[in-house]
Amino acid sequence: MNRGAARPGSAGLLARPGGALTLLFVWPFLLYVCAFLILPTLMLLATAFRGGHGATWHYVGELGQTQTLIAFRNSIELSAVSALAGLVIGGLAAYFVLRPGMPGGLRSLVTTFSAVAANFAGVPLAFAFIATLGSLGVITVWLKSIGVDLYATGFRLYSISGLVIVYAYFQVPLMIIVITPALQALRSEWREAAENLGASSADYWRHVGLPILLPSLLSAYILLFGNAFSAYATPYAISSGIVALVPVEISNVLSGNVMLSRQTGAALAFGMIIVMVVVMALYALISRRVARWSRR
Amino acid sequence: MTHANTTHPPAVGRRDLMRLAAAGAGGALLARAAHATSASDAALIKAAKAEGALNTIALPPDWANYGVIISTFQKKYGISVHNAAPDDSSAQELQSIRSMRGQARGPDAVDVGPSFALIGASEGLFQPYKVATWDSIPVAMKEASGLWYGDYFGLISFGVNRSVAKTAPMSWADLRKPAYKGMVALNGSPLGAGAAFAAVMAASIANGGSLDDIVPGIQYFAELARLGNFNPTSATAASLVSGQTPVVVNWDYLNLAQAKKSKGMVQIDTIVPEGAKPYGAFYCQAISRFAPHPKAAQLWEEFLYSDQGQILFLEGFAHPVRFADMVKRGVISKKLMAELPPPAPYAEAAFASSAESKKAQAALAANWTKMVKA
Repeated sequence: MNRGAARPGSAGLLARPGGALTLLFVWPFLLYVCAFLILPTLMLLATAFRGGHGATWHYVGELGQTQTLIAFRNSIELSAVSALAGLVIGGLAAYFVLRPGMPGGLRSLVTTFSAVAANFAGVPLAFAFIATLGSLGVITVWLKSIGVDLYATGFRLYSISGLVIVYAYFQVPLMIIVITPALQALRSEWREAAENLGASSADYWRHVGLPILLPSLLSAYILLFGNAFSAYATPYAISSGIVALVPVEISNVLSGNVMLSRQTGAALAFGMIIVMVVVMALYALISRRVARWSRR
Repeated sequence: MTHANTTHPPAVGRRDLMRLAAAGAGGALLARAAHATSASDAALIKAAKAEGALNTIALPPDWANYGVIISTFQKKYGISVHNAAPDDSSAQELQSIRSMRGQARGPDAVDVGPSFALIGASEGLFQPYKVATWDSIPVAMKEASGLWYGDYFGLISFGVNRSVAKTAPMSWADLRKPAYKGMVALNGSPLGAGAAFAAVMAASIANGGSLDDIVPGIQYFAELARLGNFNPTSATAASLVSGQTPVVVNWDYLNLAQAKKSKGMVQIDTIVPEGAKPYGAFYCQAISRFAPHPKAAQLWEEFLYSDQGQILFLEGFAHPVRFADMVKRGVISKKLMAELPPPAPYAEAAFASSAESKKAQAALAANWTKMVKA
């Protein structure tokens, strides 16, 4: 909530007491960022825009192909919806668990489970769902035996909505983990004060609770969006690329055994960067508006 | 192509490689005397032993029985084999020939996919050699001057978990039956996984398409998806054995090896589909032009292409190139034959050329996700 408080002073780092020490500990981080974020990104751009004969727009231009556009649309849709699911379900779950009067054991149970589940992804997660909700999964077969044919109702594990359910398995716990500190920072005095002034519960949330939480909710949403946007192993194992997603397309041209095109892969990754930049820009725009009051 | 990913052999071949003819080396009998370096040739063995070692690369011990092949070779000739980077890919094999030329640890012989054999030959990375059994290698699977020669191949097959699929499907048409609802799976996307790509090719050949036209195969899988029979889950050994993907279209040697591994746990049948020309892919041997142990490399090739070496491949369920010849001469034991699918389809397999593969990839990229909707 104290955006801006950590803004560095106008004096150079070295001029400040402990500045040298700070540099000593910061430079490995900077080196790390340079080696594993900045340089690879530059390499990526170089690859995406370089053909056999110098600079080219060819590979980036290929992003306009129908199948590529479908992959981007699917990826964005899946990420947006699964992030929303995580935001709502995880946010409410965290709120109710943190409410006064809830047994402390429940809280530690939920946080422990969340910490584990948020990191359960990839092929094991996919297989867990295939073995339960797949077309021959245990639950699917059991439901059929009691007369409910899940797949006859149109449900497909290997569809966008199916993938949303699977993604929720790591999105919801991640939301619980990241939003808990923000919820804990909501002081009960604020609520008491609002109630003393005659606010109903809805009034409190509308005018106090949500505005305070909004920046945290927004950044949590971005985190969940990015988390889903880059997921690869899980959707591939579940759908074999039937649901076209950008990370799967990238793997097809980079590490597949059928076709090989580093440039196309780099162009697709470049497209993903653009999407994330747009999302982050929107975030910056909105959060500046909603957080305006906190700077006063 | 890659050995690292045991489920993805290549689906590319040579322009003129259309079939593996049973009597592949028809008129070459006259020339037999010309390539007379026999495995029993004492001079070669002596020269190889004098070199004392053999450098191989990218041969995983559990792939095509290479573990046993290497140890048998070492025991037989007392030449130690240094197998570098067992999980490297074909591309990396060629790269090590290039980058380690002139060094004692450079590879002597490589085992690469056909498209990489073509690249290696055109870059002058190989030296020609013709093994004693050269004539019985099908013409379509070797370079005429001996720069490279196919060693083993596989066919697209159905791996069937019989505890879930009570009757095994015998043909591509069978897979449309309601009995296989939600059961038919590939090992990944045909845009990324070699065996899945090959499965669509094979389905195309069986449904009015050809090596030059993969679209009927895409239509076939689109139909399976509409019927609800296609299960888009990426099949793995685990999903086949546990029954989540009871019918997996995959290479025969992988299905056969899985069947052997899960014996006593679950019955897995390997069916090469009937009623259509089977689709296959093969690997190639080549001796490096800069081989530090050229004689040992020649002896290694003689060993691999002898009946003994070829049968060792077969024991790892990879069909050796001289399979048809050996069946004809009856040198494969009944017990081993009983573990394999019937031999007939192996004599008529179709292999795609590089150009055909490229065309199929483009058609797949444009149509697969658009047409196949589960």
